[in-house]
Amino acid sequence: MKDEDIRKELESWLDEHWSPDHSLVAWRSILVDAGWAATHWPTDFHGRGFTSQQAQLVQQVFANRNIVPAASSSPRGLAAETILAHGTDEQKARYLRPILTGEHAWCQLFSEPGSGSDLAGASTRAALRDGQWVINGQKVWNTSAHHADFGILLARTNFDLPKHQGLSYFLISMHQPGVEVRPLRQMNGHASFNEVFMTDAVVPAGDLLGGEGNGWAVAATTLSYERQSFRGSRRSAVNLDLPGRVYEEYAREQAIANEPYSWYPQREGRVDLVMSRARETGAIKDPAIRQEIARLLSMQQANGLTAAVAEAKRRSGSNEIVPSGSIGKLAASIIARQAAHVHTMIAGADAMAAGPDSAVDGMIAEVLLSVPAISIAGGTDEIQRNIIAERVLGMPKETRSDTGPFRDIKRNA
Amino acid sequence: MQLTLSEDQIDFQDMVARFLEASSPPTEVRRLMATESGYDPEVWRRLSSELGLTGIHIPETWGGSGFGPIELGIATEQMGRYLYCGPFFASSVMATYALLQMASDEAKTALLPGLAAGETLGCLVLDDLNDPVKVGSSLAADASGHLQGTAPLVVDANNADLMLVVARETGGLGLYLLDLLEIQDTPANGLRITPRQAIDETRKLCRVSFDHTPAVRIGDVTRQGLNRLWDHIIVALAHEMIGGAQRLFDSTIEYTRLRYQFGRPIGSFQGLKHRCADLLVQLEFARSVTFHAAACLDAGNEVAHEPAMAKAMASDLYMEVARTAIQLRGGIGFTWEDDTHLWFKRAKSAEVFMGSPHLHRERMMTMLEAIS
Repeated sequence: MKDEDIRKELESWLDEHWSPDHSLVAWRSILVDAGWAATHWPTDFHGRGFTSQQAQLVQQVFANRNIVPAASSSPRGLAAETILAHGTDEQKARYLRPILTGEHAWCQLFSEPGSGSDLAGASTRAALRDGQWVINGQKVWNTSAHHADFGILLARTNFDLPKHQGLSYFLISMHQPGVEVRPLRQMNGHASFNEVFMTDAVVPAGDLLGGEGNGWAVAATTLSYERQSFRGSRRSAVNLDLPGRVYEEYAREQAIANEPYSWYPQREGRVDLVMSRARETGAIKDPAIRQEIARLLSMQQANGLTAAVAEAKRRSGSNEIVPSGSIGKLAASIIARQAAHVHTMIAGADAMAAGPDSAVDGMIAEVLLSVPAISIAGGTDEIQRNIIAERVLGMPKETRSDTGPFRDIKRNA
Repeated sequence: MQLTLSEDQIDFQDMVARFLEASSPPTEVRRLMATESGYDPEVWRRLSSELGLTGIHIPETWGGSGFGPIELGIATEQMGRYLYCGPFFASSVMATYALLQMASDEAKTALLPGLAAGETLGCLVLDDLNDPVKVGSSLAADASGHLQGTAPLVVDANNADLMLVVARETGGLGLYLLDLLEIQDTPANGLRITPRQAIDETRKLCRVSFDHTPAVRIGDVTRQGLNRLWDHIIVALAHEMIGGAQRLFDSTIEYTRLRYQFGRPIGSFQGLKHRCADLLVQLEFARSVTFHAAACLDAGNEVAHEPAMAKAMASDLYMEVARTAIQLRGGIGFTWEDDTHLWFKRAKSAEVFMGSPHLHRERMMTMLEAIS
C-alpha cells in the first residue's frame, strides 16, 4: 500500500469518526474496531500488518491532527509485544484489546533484590498446585506497579535445571490478596518504582506464556523491545489543553503514566542548561571550567554523530558491525557524569542548596542526585563494558561459575 | 552533510591501505627513521605518480585530482595507521594547503603542479606550532622581503625544495617563498636549517633561522585565513591520529587474546576488558567527530568549532590508546624491540603538534560563544 493511499484512507476515516466528546475508552474501542489502533500488528489481532515506517506515518497523521491515539505507555507496550510474539490465540484475544483501549495497565516483574544484573538468576518460585501456579517471592524496580492491573512475571518453575532453563513467564493479576505493592523511595526523593511482594499469589494455568521452561526466551523478547523503547520520547505528541471529554481523560492518563519519568531528563545531566548557566553565573570566564564545558559539548556532539553514522550504516545495509546499543548506553553515562561535574563547577557552593529556591528551580540539585541512576538502570556500565568487550571486540569470555543445577549455584541469601 | 564513506571512497581507502601495507611495514619504518632524510624516494615516487596522493586535494587546473579534505583525510588516516615515513604531511598537507589558501594565482600556477606531481617537496615555516594567534611573533619580513628570526620547529625542512614562510610585516602577516634550489644553505644569505633530535623519529624536525634572508612575497595572510589554514591542517592530522590509534587498539586487543597468565588469556580479565570498552567509545567518538570536521571543510562551511574539537578529541584518544597499548603489554611494551613505542612516540608528538588539546578546547569555546 502506498503511503499516500494510507494517508487518504486514514484522513477520511478520521473525518467521519473522530470526536473529542467520546469517552477515552469509547474512542479507543472505535479505533481498535476499525484497525487503526496498532497498524503494525497482524490483521488477525487488531492490526493491518503495516511496516514500522507505515505505522509511523499513521502516528504522524494522529499527531498532526491532534487526535488521541491508542494506549501505548511503556510497560503496557512491552506486555503487548511479548504476548503477540509468544501468546496463544486465546491469550491474544483476551489481553491485547484492553491494552489498546487503556482499560488494563501493566507492569514488569523481572528484577529481584537478589538478581539485578544477573536477571536469569531470578529465584521467585512458581509451583503448580491444584491446576494453578502459586507464586512466592519478591520483585523490585517495578515502574507503575501501583497503577497496574496485570504484570509480566519471570519466575522459576524448576530449581534442578541450569538457571536459564528453569524459568517461565507468566501473566499475573495484580488485584489479588497475595500481591502487595510498596513504593520504593530513591536517593533523589522521587518514588518512581515499587517493590512487589508475592505470597501464595495465584496465576491460572492458562496464563503461562510461551510454555514451561521457556521463560528466558520470552523475556528476551520483552528486553529487546525495552531497549528499543529507551530511544523514543515519552512525551505525548498530542496537545492536551483542548476541550472535550476525551482530552480530559487522556490528560489524566498521561499525567499518571509520565509521573515516574519526570526526573529522567535530569539523570541524563541536562547538558542543554550548561551554556546558559555558565553565562548567568559568570563561570564562562573561568578557564578551568571552559575546558570541562568543551569536553562535555564535544562528547555530546560526538555521541549524536556516532549514532547518526550507525543509523546511516544500518540503512545502507552495511554488514560492518556497528555496536551502537551498548556504546550509546555507556556513552550516555559518561556524558551524564561529565555534565554533573560541569554543573557542580558552575554552581560552586550554591550546589549545596536544593529545592525550588535553588538553581533553575531545583533542577541542578536534581541533576546532581539523579545522574547516579543512569549508569545502573537498563544494564550497568560494567555489564555494558562486558558486552562491548566480548561481543564487539571479541575478547575471551570469563570462566563461568553458574553452570549446573540452579539450586547448587551460590547466590544471595 | 556526508556521514559515511562512499563506495568510491572505500575503494580509494583500500588501495592506499594495500600500498602502505606492502611499502611501510614496521621493519621499513625502523630502517627509515634511522636515516637522515627519513624516507624512501622510490616509495614517494610511486605514492605520488601511481596513487596520485600528493595531488589528491589540488584542483585539476593545477595538476591535482580535485578532491577535498575527506579524501586527503582517508590518505593521512592510512599513513598514520602504517606510520608512513616521508614528507607527505609537510609538503602535501601543510605547504600545499598554505599555497592553495593564501598564495596568488601566479604562485599557485608556478608551484602547485610540482607539488601535485610529488616532484618538488615543500615545507611550511611557522614560528609557533601551538596557536595560530601567536604566529608572526618571532619571524618578520622587511619591506624588501628579507626575513629575520627563527622557527624552532619545522617538519621536513631538511627535505624541502621550497619553503613557505608566514612572517610578520608592517600591518599584518604575509606569505613568503624561498626557492631552496636557488638559495643555498650558506652564511651569505643568512638561512640556516638545523636538523633536530625528535621524540618521534619518523617525522623529521629542523630549526630554521633567517638573518636578512631574501624571499619573495606571494600572498596575503589574514588572521581569519590563518585560522582556516590551521583548521585544514589539524583535520588532516586528526585523521592521521585516528589511523594510528585504530592500529594500536586492534593490535592491543589481539595481544590480550593471545597472552596467557594465571592459566587464561589476559583479555578474559574484566580489568582489561573495561579499559578496552571505554577506549572503543572514545575511539568511535573521535572518529565520528574527525570525519564530520572533514565533511564540514569539504562543504566549504565557514570556520567553526568542529576542526578544533576533532584535534582535541583525536589527540586525547591517541595518547590514551598509546598508554594502554604499552600498559596491557606489560614489560614487553616498554622495550625497543616491540613496535608499540613507534606509535606511542607519534601519538605524543601529534598531541602537541599544531596545538595541544586544551588549546583547541579553548579555541572551540571561543567559537561556540560567538555563535550562541
